[in-house]
Amino acid sequence: MSAVAFEHVVKRYGDRGRPAVDDCSLAVEEGQLVILLGPSGCGKTTLLKMVNRLIEPTAGRILVGGTEIHDLPATELRRRIGYVIQQTGLFPHMTVEKNIAVVPDLLHWEKRRTSARIDELLEMVGLPPGEYRKRRPRELSGGQQQRVGLARALAADPALLLMDEPFGAIDAITRTRLQDELLRIQQQVRKTVLFVTHDVEEALRLADLLVVMRDGHIVQAGPPRVIVNDPADAFVAQLVGADDPLRRLSVVPVSDLMRPLNGAAPAHGRTIAADADARAALALLIDGADGQSIAVTDASGQAIGILTLRDIERVGGRAAVPSP
Amino acid sequence: MIDYLQNHQADVWQLFLQHVVLCGAALGLALLIALPLGVLIARYTALYTPVMGLLGALYTIPSLALFALLVPLTHIGTMPALIALVIYAQFILVRNVVAGLRGVEPATVEAARGMGMSPWQVLWRVEMPLALPVLVAGLRIATVTVIAVASVATYVAAGGLGDLLSEGVNKGPVGEGEIEAGALAIGALAIMADIILRIFEALSARWSGRAAPAH
Repeated sequence: MSAVAFEHVVKRYGDRGRPAVDDCSLAVEEGQLVILLGPSGCGKTTLLKMVNRLIEPTAGRILVGGTEIHDLPATELRRRIGYVIQQTGLFPHMTVEKNIAVVPDLLHWEKRRTSARIDELLEMVGLPPGEYRKRRPRELSGGQQQRVGLARALAADPALLLMDEPFGAIDAITRTRLQDELLRIQQQVRKTVLFVTHDVEEALRLADLLVVMRDGHIVQAGPPRVIVNDPADAFVAQLVGADDPLRRLSVVPVSDLMRPLNGAAPAHGRTIAADADARAALALLIDGADGQSIAVTDASGQAIGILTLRDIERVGGRAAVPSP
Repeated sequence: MIDYLQNHQADVWQLFLQHVVLCGAALGLALLIALPLGVLIARYTALYTPVMGLLGALYTIPSLALFALLVPLTHIGTMPALIALVIYAQFILVRNVVAGLRGVEPATVEAARGMGMSPWQVLWRVEMPLALPVLVAGLRIATVTVIAVASVATYVAAGGLGDLLSEGVNKGPVGEGEIEAGALAIGALAIMADIILRIFEALSARWSGRAAPAH
């Protein structure tokens, strides 16, 4: 059973022109982070908002956890789905703790349970509860607000999370940090996430499943590596920058290119994590004066492999990239 | 004038209270009508132009004329005064309720809906609190207007501080300062109400998160 299933979903506004979403079908597995990517007007946000019925489909069916979304009252459905929107979604008249407590309150949770959950979530998103619980949204930076937004969406522990360009209005440095945080939190909580963005870098970094949309259609869906190395058409190729070798490196993990250590002594100097991408490794290699090789470490910091420029050069040709 | 106030303390105090009660009742009633009406207009924007047009037209009728028009329907006394004051307050209150609700960020409302609040919960937990500062600003202007207009209500025998003014006018040269005393009392009442509601306005703005909290 898919966590979310779109079956021939259509959304048509009025009678004019082409539908905003046209015959979209997609199956999403539980725990996947799915990125809906496309230029503005491609229908990605419309598709997302049909899941929690902020927009009603004209035709087709959407199932969440096997249940047709119209089998539940809209309010009940929405309380089971976390929702994060761009920047301004926090309630300015409520403190951080009140914002996070909204859905637990709607679900009539016990006060003590809600309070414990608030502390737990604030810890998870890296905002010490003692310092932040009583603050107002306007007393937080954009990045902090979005952390609270994520905590709020996770409050009632929904299986599904909808994120509508959550980091769109945030500066590039903070955005990268928030993306890392999201990946870290996702490791922990393993939610099914539908995430809308028009930022290709963001999409490639985050996606388990990348869904490319154009003119209301799903043009291609697959893991980022497949899309970058085998784009369905010229539009997808151009959108994801498939001709750019650096872009291709960005979707290959270091662990796929490194040579195992075989018990030899770990390389000196700089190291890179095995799950980092090859583009980051390349930057590290061409940066240093001793740029011969770098050590690859696992999650515990233990050196497990070695990587040289030559290992990376193997990715130069598209065919050289190992298929997943 | 000071002499008059000292000599007629009890009388003036009673008229003052009458004035306050009349205005308070009118504003309370006006809010009861303006809140649902404003919410309705904010939801169904097609209503805005006809309703505000009608209220605006009523607002432009001179108060004396409006009282006179109402007397055949309601006889003299508190009733025509109350109705006239409610009508005057309506224009200001409805306009500010609508402006307050329209000023709420659409993204905030969408977040509230998306999290599973019912329309009623969205209105009371999110839209109304955020519209409150604008609503209170409207209430303040309506209050000052109503306090002023209520002094004309003496002509339909509704009582209040207007009685001092008409008494002074009737007595003419033999008056003991009724007009000045009345004007002073009405002015003091209006200024007091204005100050209190300004404080409330600032508090509500801070509480709704629109203004920076004082640290």
